[in-house]
Amino acid sequence: MINAILIFNNHGKPRLIRFYQYFAEELQQQIIRETFHLVSKRDDNVCNFLEGGSLIGGSDYKLIYRHYATLYFVFCVDSSESELGILDLIQVFVETLDKCFENVCELDLIFHMDKVHYILQEVVMGGMVLETNMNEIVAQVELQNRMEKSEGGLSAAPARAVSAVKNMNLPEMPRNINIGDLNIKVPSLSPF
Amino acid sequence: LFSGAARRVGASRRKRRNPAKMPAVSKGDGMRGLAVFISDIRNCKSKEAEIKRINKELANIRSKFKGDKALDGYSKKKYVCKLLFIFLLGHDIDFGHMEAVNLLSSNKYTEKQIGYLFISVLVNSNSELIRLINNAIKNDLSSRNPTFMCLALHCIANVGSREMAEAFAGEIPRILVAGDTMDSVKQSAALCLLRLYKASPDLVLMGEWTSRVVHLLNDQHMGVVTAAISLITCLSQKNPDEFKTCVSLAVSRLSRIVSSASTDLQDYTYYFVPAPWLSCKLLRLLQCYPPPEDGAVKGRLVECLETILNKAQEPPKSKKVQHSNAKNAILFEAISLIIHYDSEPNLLVRACNQLGQFLQHRETNLRYLALESMCTLASSEFSHEAVKTHIETVINALKTERDVSVRQRAADLLYAMCDRSNAKQIVAEMLSYLETADYSIREEMVLKVAILAEKYAVDYSWYVDTILNLIRIAGDYVSEEVWYRVIQIVINRDDVQGYAAKTVFEALQAPACHENMVKVGGYILGEFGNLIAGDPRSSPLVQFNLLHSKFHLCSVPTRALLLSAYIKFINLFPETKATIQEVLRSDSQIRNSDVELQQRAVEYLKLSSIASTDVLATVLEEMPPFPERESSILAKLKKKKGPGVVPVSELEDGKREGGELNGGGDRGPDSSTPSPSADLLGLRSAAPVSAAAPSAGSLLVDVFSESGAGGPAAAVNDDGFLRFVCKNNGVLFENQLLQIGIKSEYRQNLGRMYLFYGNKTSVQFASFSTTVSYPGELQSHILTPLPPVEPLVEGGAQVQQVLNIECITDFSEAPQLNIKFRYGGALQNITLKLPVTINKFFQPTEMAATDFFQRWKQLSQPQQEAQKIFKANHGMDTEVLKAKLLGLGTALLENVDPNPENYVCAGVVQTKSQQVGVLLRLEPNAQAQMYRLTLRSSKDTVSKRLCDLLAEQF
Repeated sequence: MINAILIFNNHGKPRLIRFYQYFAEELQQQIIRETFHLVSKRDDNVCNFLEGGSLIGGSDYKLIYRHYATLYFVFCVDSSESELGILDLIQVFVETLDKCFENVCELDLIFHMDKVHYILQEVVMGGMVLETNMNEIVAQVELQNRMEKSEGGLSAAPARAVSAVKNMNLPEMPRNINIGDLNIKVPSLSPF
Repeated sequence: LFSGAARRVGASRRKRRNPAKMPAVSKGDGMRGLAVFISDIRNCKSKEAEIKRINKELANIRSKFKGDKALDGYSKKKYVCKLLFIFLLGHDIDFGHMEAVNLLSSNKYTEKQIGYLFISVLVNSNSELIRLINNAIKNDLSSRNPTFMCLALHCIANVGSREMAEAFAGEIPRILVAGDTMDSVKQSAALCLLRLYKASPDLVLMGEWTSRVVHLLNDQHMGVVTAAISLITCLSQKNPDEFKTCVSLAVSRLSRIVSSASTDLQDYTYYFVPAPWLSCKLLRLLQCYPPPEDGAVKGRLVECLETILNKAQEPPKSKKVQHSNAKNAILFEAISLIIHYDSEPNLLVRACNQLGQFLQHRETNLRYLALESMCTLASSEFSHEAVKTHIETVINALKTERDVSVRQRAADLLYAMCDRSNAKQIVAEMLSYLETADYSIREEMVLKVAILAEKYAVDYSWYVDTILNLIRIAGDYVSEEVWYRVIQIVINRDDVQGYAAKTVFEALQAPACHENMVKVGGYILGEFGNLIAGDPRSSPLVQFNLLHSKFHLCSVPTRALLLSAYIKFINLFPETKATIQEVLRSDSQIRNSDVELQQRAVEYLKLSSIASTDVLATVLEEMPPFPERESSILAKLKKKKGPGVVPVSELEDGKREGGELNGGGDRGPDSSTPSPSADLLGLRSAAPVSAAAPSAGSLLVDVFSESGAGGPAAAVNDDGFLRFVCKNNGVLFENQLLQIGIKSEYRQNLGRMYLFYGNKTSVQFASFSTTVSYPGELQSHILTPLPPVEPLVEGGAQVQQVLNIECITDFSEAPQLNIKFRYGGALQNITLKLPVTINKFFQPTEMAATDFFQRWKQLSQPQQEAQKIFKANHGMDTEVLKAKLLGLGTALLENVDPNPENYVCAGVVQTKSQQVGVLLRLEPNAQAQMYRLTLRSSKDTVSKRLCDLLAEQF
């Protein structure tokens, strides 16, 4: 079972938190801090699994994570899950985000937290995996979008507003960061 | 527009070059107010500014919610979304729940959706709102709109409260198996049901649905299979027999996937690997069962496993890491299954070779997983030797891996592969690793070294060297138990005593030596210093001065120990008497502010001056050997002690032996007031523990002192019997004539029971006789010879009988005690069950959480587990529960179960023929006043019997 999914940036700012086991709010924040502390001090080429998150579950649980540019995606899982399987699942989730948002970036996660939740819900439900087929997930998300459009009628104008806001918040020039075989431009975000 | 904001998260840009097919989600829907709020927050220059802005927003939302004007759906949605964002930033949200619930009944999809999201994230299962939420869910489930149904199912699965289970547990299986349910709804229903089953297993009754649920494995839609398999796996773990038809279905599904070409499964092919996630899950499901009995099914499965192993050797179809990840995920699950079956030597050796390749792989993840899997492989008799061939690689990993997670796995594997043939090498490597090991794993490493050194010691000088090295290198991490143990062994083996004395003497020469070294040194020289006193370099005075030079650097307990060593010196070496008396007499000793030290100084000084040499020699005689404890690996792991939980037998030993050694003082061996500080022998270490020792028995008696009277003689008194499962002493039976009390003690597989028959009347009992009978074949399981008893019992008198018990193999029935006597001419005949139960032969076993879970997993075959769910009969007081679990004889392990409400215990049942490791987990549900009790052991009869016995105790 997946107990928690945490996404935070290189500064430890949470971008999405989803717990599938009840924790009081304060403990949730503590877990995020602890996890960030554990994960962020690791080099990029060490292994993607680690034990020792004392707050969630104890030693039957592992943190399985991937680091993409400015964001960490961390899944906290128990021993019933395959470690490599979860790594693939994270990749599926990220690729799905990428498809749904076109060139997904940290800002998309910030301004569309609700969307990210909805996409995640098509992948994981109550801590168990619902679907791994990316096309199927995207199809579900598109269906949601169509329903939203049909009842909304607030499409074009706010979109421009959002993009304007996005562009407003670029305090520095982009710099290049090399991740794996991709050369991606990543400006460092000012923490908030 | 967005080219400047290319803060890319993800990979795979190639596909996205074709945006016509994939319109973006996000661009057209934003809520302007939300976006503005978020960018306001982002522009805050300080934490204070951020908090100020958030508070302003919270006030605004609150007033909007409270305001007279009815909010439209859009505004509600926007505000709820803002609240979610504020929550993400780490601020408590204590309002808005009602508004979210109102959104659920909106007929607009987006409003409903955000309402459900808010509830899933912010509402816990105890909320008072559940009833309102349930209403909305009920409407959506019956709406026949698949999207609404999915939202509702998601909500149930995410909140999963008991009230929800009560409301929907009947409905959801119907949705799951109905012919006209859409695939996406089926998927959600499967996981929803799983969640409810986990939360409230008693409410989810699969009965009639079982077969149709199992057949979801055959569903055409792979997504349905993906979701259903999690449900089926969970149900199979709990009810293996009812779901065993899933084995053949899983095998055929797996076989179809494994043999399909990489394009057959289309969308479910992930980087050229067909359905990797589902394959892994199928292989996991099969691990719930023993190998298939049906030859054809088994053949097909073996074929699959071979194909998977073969594929690992094929050249990769893609250089992407995702490809190899997916392929290896399946491979590792296949290997786990092979290890789980542990019956195909050919496959086991292939698995081992494959893991051997991974040990040297350049991917750190694969090295980590290979080390982890090999650890379980090492315990199989078929592959133990094959695993051992990789020792050099593993040692190298321990030395060179940059990642502590990987090094830890390497250390675990070395421990698992250790046997007599390689123990010296492995222990040496672990010791040298300890010098640089990460702090987080040192204590565990120390324990492992200590255990291996003892287990595989052929010559005890090596053992002594190893432990002293351990203290030298990682003294801070050497727990009391480790140094107690080395002393016990030295005391018991006279061939190593001289060597030990010489070695500690040398070790103490070091200018800075660890306090634990001083303890061991003081103890050993006090006992065996005479063995090296012939050498002028280690003459008595040199020894004494060496020890005393450390005195002022030590803590009080160690000083107390050293004082006892000094008095022992006076006995061993009369020539040191004057010097030592001088030391004892000094103000710093005799007027020491610490009571214990002062008392020792005063008493030892007096003893040395008034006692004759003979008396002194008797009082300070060499320690007698410790009782040998045969310790299994498990029993040794108990050295990692939890707070306050030390096996009673050990404590009692400590008390007695400590008493003898301290005999110079005024405390007799049975002194009931334990010394407040360190004991020379220290087998009981700290004050709280020693306080627990003498009271352990009486505590239990107190806890269990319900009315002792059993009423008039029943044919067989079960009632009394059950009260003795968790305690050893008390009144077994009582009526107007007779009272029978028992006292019993157990060690290893032996027990002794004292029976006290009290005549409550003033009249003599005549022809009093007792016999023990064994129902069934019990006699071959336990042996309890019963000596004859006096035929006359005077009025008011009590007679005593001793029963010696030996546990040959595990057993379920209890022996019966039959008592016959004449009272005033009438023949009385009473038959009682003797409270001899399998748990009496428990040896408690302390272990760390990691070890516990590893063992728990190893005992995952369905027949190894016994489980019961039952109502609490005796209240649910924590202390009472703990006392009962301790009384059971197992060690109660703290900080193991992730849920602090739960209890886990571990122990080894000692029988003459074998030792049976047992793990126990008790999960109280205070709300429902129910317990779930799970036992796992290597022997099915033991799990079952213990489960039956214990289910009556709580």
